Amino acid sequence: MMRPAHFAVILVLLFPLYSFSQKYTATEGFISFFSSAPLEDIMAENRKVSSLYNAGTGDIAFSVPINQFQFDKKLMQEHFNEKYMESEKYPRATFSGKIYGHTLSGTSPQQVMAKGKLSIHGVVREVEIPGTIEQRKDLLVMKSKFRVRLEDYEIKIPRLVWQKIAEEVEVIVDLTYIRQ
Amino acid sequence: MKLITAFFLTSCCINYLLAQDDLLAELDREKNDDPGYIIATFKGSRIINGQSVETRRKGELEFIFSHRFGLINEGAFTLWGLDQSITRLGLEYGITDRLGVGIGRTSVDRTFDGYFRYKVLRQSKSFPFTLTTLGSVYYRTSPRNSEIPVPLRAEDRLAYAWQLLIARKFNSRLSLQVNPVFVHRNTVDQTYENNDDFALGFAGRFKITRSVSVVAEYFKRLNARPNVPPDYLRYDAIGFGVDIETGGHVFQLLLTNTLGMFERYTITETYENFWDGDIHFGFNITRTFQLAGKR
Repeated sequence: MMRPAHFAVILVLLFPLYSFSQKYTATEGFISFFSSAPLEDIMAENRKVSSLYNAGTGDIAFSVPINQFQFDKKLMQEHFNEKYMESEKYPRATFSGKIYGHTLSGTSPQQVMAKGKLSIHGVVREVEIPGTIEQRKDLLVMKSKFRVRLEDYEIKIPRLVWQKIAEEVEVIVDLTYIRQ
Repeated sequence: MKLITAFFLTSCCINYLLAQDDLLAELDREKNDDPGYIIATFKGSRIINGQSVETRRKGELEFIFSHRFGLINEGAFTLWGLDQSITRLGLEYGITDRLGVGIGRTSVDRTFDGYFRYKVLRQSKSFPFTLTTLGSVYYRTSPRNSEIPVPLRAEDRLAYAWQLLIARKFNSRLSLQVNPVFVHRNTVDQTYENNDDFALGFAGRFKITRSVSVVAEYFKRLNARPNVPPDYLRYDAIGFGVDIETGGHVFQLLLTNTLGMFERYTITETYENFWDGDIHFGFNITRTFQLAGKR
């Protein structure tokens, strides 16, 4: 016969396992980028992003297949892959790190900060990216907007189309996670 | 109590191990359904005079403007051939990413051409090459019947070609293509010529920088009849070129011994010999427009 005190102890002891089960996987949403330039705005959207978030530990990872960025102009998409991102050589952009400032309580969006390694075009950099997380029952909605300097990731801007491509692009993340 | 302690330790241990597990590695293990199709084996739908495996993507319209000038070895008097020029104007449209149709008109024999191409197989992570098939029809409107003693029937003016284009992009710089071609002309001078001709095309491109490549192309005629000078002379078509890509344009500057910008002429009617110095300067300029299929 188990006494209530023992039961409580077991619950507390089980907590580490419970925290592991706080794992979320992205099922919907997109990562897009936008670049404003005098001649032509360039934007593309990627709906094939995979991401895992462990709300217990704060660990987060993203994996973004570069060739799944969809452009209005398919030729631009080809150039993006072939000439700028070299996606056959560097097929994915990834982020792996930790989210700080998130607690699994309340429903209003929380301001959080992701710190970790962002890898684009084969270049890995330590970054801090601000964002929000909103809890909706079993779902988490993660949003972020940040800027990426092309030079930081050794993405060259050829002179011929200097006018066309800005040196910085704005990246928008909007993903919905479901608990595994 | 011992049991509980043991359980606690185990659970902590497991948790610790799992937390260490890299989420990114876990993502990589997820099923990856991207076949990894290879893109941009060649810059354009033409290599020099011949075709490439490339198709337009869905909703893309490509305008192709080509020129072949006179012979360079005519020298300064004709400005190295620039005084004369042969023109082909063409349009190609992508019905799907793999199926395209095209029309064109060349000033040689005032010939209209129409064709379709279909990308049957695509090179990917697991497949070694791209295969495109291309069928064309040519209709020459020159000479006009009023200009010749024996009028030509419509079928006499027609010719057809069928070809397979097999290409592999070996790495981001090097792509090679082989290309069996069959040309049928309804009406020929049978003293010298075949109605049916076969040729094997070889082509390659090597990227020098991101936007500039060098290309070469050679069509080996397989069943050519012997030359009978001076009445009948035919040679293999050869070309060398440089591709320069800028945004929506591709400029191809080239040197070749044929004036034909379509297979009937290139393969069966090229009458100048590259190795004798009978070389023409020319260019293809393509401009791509996205008409439909926007996201």
